[in-house]
Amino acid sequence: MQRRSLIGYAAGSLLISLLPLSLSAAARQTLETVYGNAEFNTDRVTLKLPALAENGSSVPLSVSVDSPMTDVDHVSEIRLFAEKNPVPEIARYRLFAASGKASISTRIRLSDTQVITAVARMNDNSLWVARGKIVVTLAACIEPLL
Amino acid sequence: MRSHGLLLLAAVWLSASLSGHLGAAEPRSGYAFQSSDTQTLQDDDFQNPGMLWVDQGEVLFQTAAGGSGKACVDCHKDMQGVARSFPQRNPDTGQLMSLTQQIQHCRTTHQQATPIRYESTPALALSAYIGYQSTGLPFAPVPASLAIELERGEAYYYQRKGQLNLGCQHCHEDSVGEMLRGDKISQGHGNGYPIYRLEWQSAGSLHRRLRSCDIGVRAQPHQLGSQTYTEVELFLRQRAGSLPLEVPAVRR
Amino acid sequence: MALINTRISVPTQAQANTLVEIKTLVSHPMESGYRIDYMGEMIPRNILTRFTCEYLGQPVIEAEFGPGIAANPFMAFNLLATTTGELVFTWTDQHGEVSTETRTLLVVDP
Repeated sequence: MQRRSLIGYAAGSLLISLLPLSLSAAARQTLETVYGNAEFNTDRVTLKLPALAENGSSVPLSVSVDSPMTDVDHVSEIRLFAEKNPVPEIARYRLFAASGKASISTRIRLSDTQVITAVARMNDNSLWVARGKIVVTLAACIEPLL
Repeated sequence: MRSHGLLLLAAVWLSASLSGHLGAAEPRSGYAFQSSDTQTLQDDDFQNPGMLWVDQGEVLFQTAAGGSGKACVDCHKDMQGVARSFPQRNPDTGQLMSLTQQIQHCRTTHQQATPIRYESTPALALSAYIGYQSTGLPFAPVPASLAIELERGEAYYYQRKGQLNLGCQHCHEDSVGEMLRGDKISQGHGNGYPIYRLEWQSAGSLHRRLRSCDIGVRAQPHQLGSQTYTEVELFLRQRAGSLPLEVPAVRR
Repeated sequence: MALINTRISVPTQAQANTLVEIKTLVSHPMESGYRIDYMGEMIPRNILTRFTCEYLGQPVIEAEFGPGIAANPFMAFNLLATTTGELVFTWTDQHGEVSTETRTLLVVDP
């Protein structure tokens, strides 16, 4: 009862990932494959997604990185990973000083309740990470496709 | 936690009794039963995915089609408020028709163009565009001349059907606001169609939704464009009372 | 598969050296390749794989999409307005088919 009302309260609200979420084995493996044994820093990346998704087919997500976006100091790339999706990498965005601001919003598709990881690479090759946990609920009347 | 379980049961029973039969309650749009993210998506004029169909409908409405060389706009200058009066009896055929069926009829009879399927992209786009011209307005009252069709639609609504042996009212009146897995059960109004349904990842018609409801109770679904569903659509139009249309709605 | 419809939001004008938010919404099923049709067959993957936006001939964003991007993909991103110029939006699908849209960004002095 308590957990339900808590989820209800959080539903629709945005979860800014400052929580130290531990990596699942699957997430760890994905990141290792992509980034090897690189070090991840925290605090510059903000990942926003709802705490609860009514439907995994279309979940709003935005990611932003604290960066001046100048020629000498900018985000060169942001990659999004959903650890439990059949293909964990959701998208890869390359940015430039001309982008002005490292901030992207989109809608993603999630197969299950899971942790989303956003990794930003700076032009000096340092990596910055943020994570967010999202609960994905299942619809009831699922009909076969037309 | 037994006491918590009983409390939950009591709360659910109480809320169910209070929300109760539609007769006692104000009609509430399905919008009220979506998460705030879904509501935000519907309200966003740019981002509402249903608008992709409205845009396309606007283009199709102005594009000449078929042997007639006419576009819809050549006959229909102003479509504001038109969708509110559907389903209605077609003067040529005398048959009750949903907006989509009327569009299909216009296309073959007046434009002499190839027929379009009920759930095809052009049919959804045109009905979305025309429906959009009535957003914010309530359905027009059902005229007495449609009393027989209305009665049939109402009878289907309240008829127990399928392996689960449920009538529409068992969910959409008796269980409004309760959770069915991840779905919060709404009053089941038809004021947002064609909707963009996240589950479908596409826009879709009320008939498609009625099919999935019938499949949901393990009943034999009817065809898209069937007389049965058009009559149910007529009943839903009356049942919505003063609820304004909100095309294109976004639902989970 | 060519795009049926695109919606692009570009402000009518922007002041020089300010941030501009661009939004795009495109009609595409982004079929993941993991859905099963009513016959029990897996529907083959059909997705947009790449999106770029160029401003004054230079990229402001280059995106690669996986099947985890939702159908009818929406994106919002930024660029720094400098001078009046063309914005070129390019979408590429997994078959290599390309769709392009252009818009003009009018930039005024502050």
